[in-house]
Amino acid sequence: MNEFPLIKLSRITKTYGQGQAAFLALKGVDLSIDQGEFVAIMGPSGSGKSTAMNILGCLDIPSSGSYRFQGTPVEEMDRNQRALLRRHFLGFVFQGFNLLPRTSALENVELPLIYRGEKASVRHAEARTALGKVGLTGWEDHTPAELSGGQQQRVAIARALVTRPKVLLADEPTGNLDTQTSEEIMELIGSLNREHGITVLMVTHESDMAAYAKRIVHFVDGKVDHDRQNGEQS
Amino acid sequence: MLWNTLLLAVRAIRRNLMRSFLTILGIVIGVAAVITMVTLGNGATQSISDQISRMGSNILMVIPGQRFGPGAASAPKFKSSDVDAIKGQIFSAKWVAPVANSQATAVFQANNWSTTVTGSNNDFFPAGNWELASGRDFSETEMRSGKAVCVMGETVREKLFGKQNPVGSKIRLKQFSCEVIGLLKSKGQSGMGHDQDDSIIMPLKTVQRRLTGDKDINRITVSARNSDAINTVKNQLELLLRERRNVSANEDDNFRVMDTRQITETLTGTTKILTMLLGSVAAVSLLVGGIGIMNIMLVSVTERTREIGIRLAIGALEREVLLQFLIEAVVLSSIGGLIGLAIATGASVAIAKLIAVPYIFSPGINLLAFIFSAAIGVIFGFFPARRAAKLNPIDALRHE
Ligand SMILES: Nc1ncnc2c1ncn2[C@@H]1O[C@H](COP(=O)(O)OP(=O)(O)O)[C@@H](O)[C@H]1O
Ligand SMILES: [Mg+2]
Repeated sequence: MNEFPLIKLSRITKTYGQGQAAFLALKGVDLSIDQGEFVAIMGPSGSGKSTAMNILGCLDIPSSGSYRFQGTPVEEMDRNQRALLRRHFLGFVFQGFNLLPRTSALENVELPLIYRGEKASVRHAEARTALGKVGLTGWEDHTPAELSGGQQQRVAIARALVTRPKVLLADEPTGNLDTQTSEEIMELIGSLNREHGITVLMVTHESDMAAYAKRIVHFVDGKVDHDRQNGEQS
Repeated sequence: MLWNTLLLAVRAIRRNLMRSFLTILGIVIGVAAVITMVTLGNGATQSISDQISRMGSNILMVIPGQRFGPGAASAPKFKSSDVDAIKGQIFSAKWVAPVANSQATAVFQANNWSTTVTGSNNDFFPAGNWELASGRDFSETEMRSGKAVCVMGETVREKLFGKQNPVGSKIRLKQFSCEVIGLLKSKGQSGMGHDQDDSIIMPLKTVQRRLTGDKDINRITVSARNSDAINTVKNQLELLLRERRNVSANEDDNFRVMDTRQITETLTGTTKILTMLLGSVAAVSLLVGGIGIMNIMLVSVTERTREIGIRLAIGALEREVLLQFLIEAVVLSSIGGLIGLAIATGASVAIAKLIAVPYIFSPGINLLAFIFSAAIGVIFGFFPARRAAKLNPIDALRHE
């Protein structure tokens, strides 16, 4: 489609805090991801996986280094441009679901479409379709409190995919779920990658979950330790 | 964008009913209290002004001491000779009516009624714009000898005689009986439930001899021949009374001559202070309502900060989030303001009727209270959100 990789991180660093308390969470990360990949990011706790994910998702800004999204330098964008990048190209699934409380599944899924300025009829239809894809037909009017953890995460996935994003970013999407539900969620994410060509970046520390990915990137101490296609031996 | 944001704001209000309700309640109470207090206060002031303007034109009131109330007690009262001197020496004075007051219970057959008895002369009627509904005023002989005759107000008639004409009947006052010779036309209620028709007028001498037991006159009402003469009469009164009361040149007056404007100011002064006082108490309640709203907002700030984080992550622009919160705040405080306004109108009309003051709609205070409530809503509802919307999305999401 074009000569650029979808995502290219070069020498990305991230420092939390200042002065004495400054902590270098990312120590120069290089990473290149192509359209259509399914990448699992693994590594010990505190190795900087979430920090890298937040930067990839433009939810946070790196301290130095360059981030190109489809060739465009993200570090040169302002707040609003990053928001528009998220709006049009990215979808998020969080460990803690992050749904709006006391808000029906349908309205939660509709939310990104409202910011895209879609008409009510389009919004409703698309939100219903998305909820159908994650197997929640009939649950449209339930609020998060009335749904199980697995169902809430499905709503979150529906919300992420309703805008047909280029990239789905998921930070430990199964971290709060039991094994069986986790597998169902992973099946769902895998099918989005296979059937809709959505690029998936997923943080997990469980190798069972990473097994769904085609490529595994290992973080150790704020750096990419190794990076391999699934099935290869390291 | 505006339409969509409005939709988001309405959804946020709807799904946080308790929070919305408390916000509205705070504003409703504040706005209703302020408007009601100020409206009633203005009504009271107005009714006093009305009452004074009904008193008659070109009126001067002479009172002992420098003002109404306790201070006046030490100043010497006026005597009948003062009244005669005014009549004899001030030619521009048209009516000169002394007033000596006493409270007494009037009895007719099985009915009794406690009322104010005023001792005066026949000038009292034209000077006070009183007309006779039937009967006559006092004769020279009656006034000179202090005969027990009286003219009664409509309220006293109603309490003692019902629909009957009282003229010619005899009523009992304290130990003596008194013939009713006239009935006054009704003037109706005046300010703060004071009923002007609730009084009995008798010759000055009769009241002094039989009720007050002294020769004091509490005040003198003087009316000038025309409006141009008011100042002349006022100056002459002051000169004459200083001389008669032996006030030396370097002493202040121990009496006061007030024209209608000054009477109005004196009487409405208290209600104006009262209005301000009540108004500020009510304003405090508006402020307390505002602090309540701030409290609610602060309690929910964690939840709202995360909500803002979610919206930003999904791709909302900072200004869209801010606009939503602004609309939310304005909608809630406007609803609160409008309900407060409606309650205030209802309460003011009802209470005004109850305490017999006119209901005067004041656009100024309504607008002011409304704008103030909207401002409170915006300040306390919007500014916490503004902080959150400026965060990095991830920091807003992680807020705890
Ligand atoms: N907001 C923050 N402020 C300060 N330090 C942070 C913050 N977020 C993460 N860290 C630190 O950065 C390091 C990497 O964190 P994180 O990226 O969350 O690791 P992982 O997701 O791999 O467990 C950790 O040592 C963590 O304590
Ligand atoms: Mg993490």
